[in-house]
Amino acid sequence: MIQVELVVFVIAGAACLAGALGVVLSENPVHAALSLVGTLFGVAVLFVAQEANFLAAVQVIVYAGAIVVLILFVLMLLGVDEMEDLTVEPLVGQRIAAAVVSLGILGLVFGAIASTGYEATGVVGEIDADVADINRLGESLFTDYLFAFEITAVLLVIAVVGAILLARRPVGDEIIDRGQDERAEVIAERMAAAEARAGGTDLDESADADDDEADDESATEEVSS
Amino acid sequence: MIAALEVTPAWYLILGALLFSIGAFGLLVRRNPLVMFMCVELMLNAVTLTFVTFSRTLQDTGGQSIVVFVLVVAAAEVVVGLAIIVALLRKRPHATADDIALLEG
Repeated sequence: MIQVELVVFVIAGAACLAGALGVVLSENPVHAALSLVGTLFGVAVLFVAQEANFLAAVQVIVYAGAIVVLILFVLMLLGVDEMEDLTVEPLVGQRIAAAVVSLGILGLVFGAIASTGYEATGVVGEIDADVADINRLGESLFTDYLFAFEITAVLLVIAVVGAILLARRPVGDEIIDRGQDERAEVIAERMAAAEARAGGTDLDESADADDDEADDESATEEVSS
Repeated sequence: MIAALEVTPAWYLILGALLFSIGAFGLLVRRNPLVMFMCVELMLNAVTLTFVTFSRTLQDTGGQSIVVFVLVVAAAEVVVGLAIIVALLRKRPHATADDIALLEG
């Protein structure tokens, strides 16, 4: 007889890992965001498999429903969904160093798990199996973790105020409406940049920055005139 | 053969470790700030999976409570982080992680 949990674990775990690899290896940020949804759903399924039903629902609603959508909004509204050429390594040795660091983390965690004989150590509590997980969670949040829970309210207010401050335009900064011609220019610029990268030649970063600044200045001049 | 295999908590912990290290690798390698963000989300998810596993193994609801806090912190982090990215991309359309210094001043 094949166990249900094993099948669920294998399928959800494969979705998680495939999604994670998709995030890291996709050239297109939109594909990376969609792969992230796969990982989040896989984790939600694993939550259900571990009797955390409420958290699975919250995971889907908050992560897949809000956070990924927010990321996709930024990607699409700002038009930054340009491809990143992953065959070029901008910093020599960066990938090897990153692989060493991440494998080191993996090895440490593996070692920690193996050193306990693949069993959790610690005081085993008692939970009433008849009480639903959401009831237990609510009780825990509003008794043991009440202070931390109230602090999160402050955190959320600070985050909202900070986001508004960061994202608003400075006073007196005029809204520049990029016309069709200018947008075509930007697209042509990007095509040229992509071709240059495909040709294996590195763009001169400082020259590029100067160009952008010059563009911005001319744009503001146009608006003010 | 398959029937002999039982899913132990260690499987979930190892999956969490794999997800975390993939996220860490992506965070160190990718240059698009939005993709780096998604890698941070991956790492947070790996940690929440580990917390839920320990919550079940040790029969303690505290692990699940921590996951709620992680979710709140992740939401706050995304809001502020995306605002920074929007401010950065407004200054320079093809910004990478190297251009964060443009926001100085």
